[in-house]
Amino acid sequence: MRLDALPLVTHASTDDIVAWRGGTGVTRDEFLTDVARLAALLPPGGHVLNMCGDRYRFSVGLAASIVGGKISLLPSTHTPETIRQVRCFAPDVFCLTDHAHCDLDLPCFPYPTLSPLGERDLAVPQVPVGQTVAIVFTSGSTGTPLPHPKRWGALVDSVQAEAARLGLLSGANHALLGTVPPQHMYGLESTVLMAWLGGNALCDAQPFYPADIVEGLASVSAPRVLVSSPVHLYALQRARLALPSLSLVLSATAPLADAFAREVEKTWRTPLLEVYGCTETGLIATRRPALSAAWHLLPGVELSEQAGRIHASGGHVQEATPLQDRIEVLAKGRFLLHGRVADLVNIAGKRHSLSSLNQLLLTIPGVEDGAFYMPDDDDARQVVRLAACVVAPGLSAADVTQALRERVDPVFLPRPLVFVSSLPRNSTGKLPRASLRALIETGEVRESA
Amino acid sequence: MQGNQTSSDGSTDGLQREVAELMIENLNLDVAIEEIGPDIKLYGEGLGLDSIDILEIALVVSKRYGLQLRADSADNRQIFSTLRSLSDHIAANRTV
Repeated sequence: MRLDALPLVTHASTDDIVAWRGGTGVTRDEFLTDVARLAALLPPGGHVLNMCGDRYRFSVGLAASIVGGKISLLPSTHTPETIRQVRCFAPDVFCLTDHAHCDLDLPCFPYPTLSPLGERDLAVPQVPVGQTVAIVFTSGSTGTPLPHPKRWGALVDSVQAEAARLGLLSGANHALLGTVPPQHMYGLESTVLMAWLGGNALCDAQPFYPADIVEGLASVSAPRVLVSSPVHLYALQRARLALPSLSLVLSATAPLADAFAREVEKTWRTPLLEVYGCTETGLIATRRPALSAAWHLLPGVELSEQAGRIHASGGHVQEATPLQDRIEVLAKGRFLLHGRVADLVNIAGKRHSLSSLNQLLLTIPGVEDGAFYMPDDDDARQVVRLAACVVAPGLSAADVTQALRERVDPVFLPRPLVFVSSLPRNSTGKLPRASLRALIETGEVRESA
Repeated sequence: MQGNQTSSDGSTDGLQREVAELMIENLNLDVAIEEIGPDIKLYGEGLGLDSIDILEIALVVSKRYGLQLRADSADNRQIFSTLRSLSDHIAANRTV
């Protein structure tokens, strides 16, 4: 029988550790106290942009929003243009932040100082399974972000299936240290919700440099899990620092090289698992690249081909969703990934459709024609950058770059940006990829104005 | 400006040039070394580096000069604001 409501956190006892702050454990009672206090203080608006950089505060903000019936908005980036679109989508949105200065053009609610534990044995809030707790946005193919509502029941199913697969639903309280932000789907699921819903503990820090990761791990008790991405894992491995013991390393956003995965397992003495999913579906599969190239679907999730595209459905995936990668379906819930669908760009885990980037380029006043180009990424350890060609006789490179910076995440800024007098379009107006590549590689660069 | 002139915290033109060369080489930047002046902004406008670049530079710097960069020091953003501030930080903390 399906319950109408499911608990906010699954920790059985009031003294169970829900989070680590500065190396100190936060109990379920302390967490729920902070949630109740913040929920009582939040402004009336029904939509929240939670920009807290401290993951504990983010989680209190998310929980207080859920308890107060507010929806957390998670756009794919925070450029001025995206924030304007978020405001159009939800005029009552406000920004919850713990940064000293909020430079977003939104009403800002600074994370307040919350008074400490008063009562004990607080009841765990029960959240209706049909409640939309978050809306995650993808960049869309037209330049307008597409909303993907996340209901509590589906999130719980998805995250608990993930935790069960990863061995993080065992009753042992794992400390989850994340190098990825909680403001995107992977970080939300794997560093926050997997703590709440798997009886684990999240860590407040979001370490960046290798030395920060080591310190973050050392500040919490074993068993420890590092939730990260290829960019940070390659950096950590290259730094050759001694690591505290790990029970698991988790990676997502882009596939890891198999040889690297084997090296990590050997030198860090831990299993390294990758998770696969997308904003639309959440997490749907895992693999252990040191042992197998094949991905293993979570229970209940199935793949099928519809109109030439592979769709995921079943399990926590409520409606059949097309996947943005080229996929070869194998037997027994296994599949192989063969790179992205041509229009999709993935740089360090940030996705954008190439056609929408091109459209954004053309919206810049003074740009007469232009196109982005994604080089082949033949070396998984190097972050590949986009290039772009523009026809913009009156503009400088700085003008074009600054205009793009207003519209897209910096990882998508072209490097190089090539100025040309015209693009090699064919008679139908199409721009063959090979012609564009030739243009960028020969670098027919005109001095910008 | 004279070569090898020492700036406020002890970095030199020579070190600044070396760090600029490291950045161009490791980030495949499409700029000439002369374009990277000591006060050019590394983030945003200026060189336009992002966090992936900063992580790469941190690794190269730690190998070359034997210091580990940390994000928890409040002045991390300040360290990476300009070539001069990064070079000064390296000069003050290098072990190699």
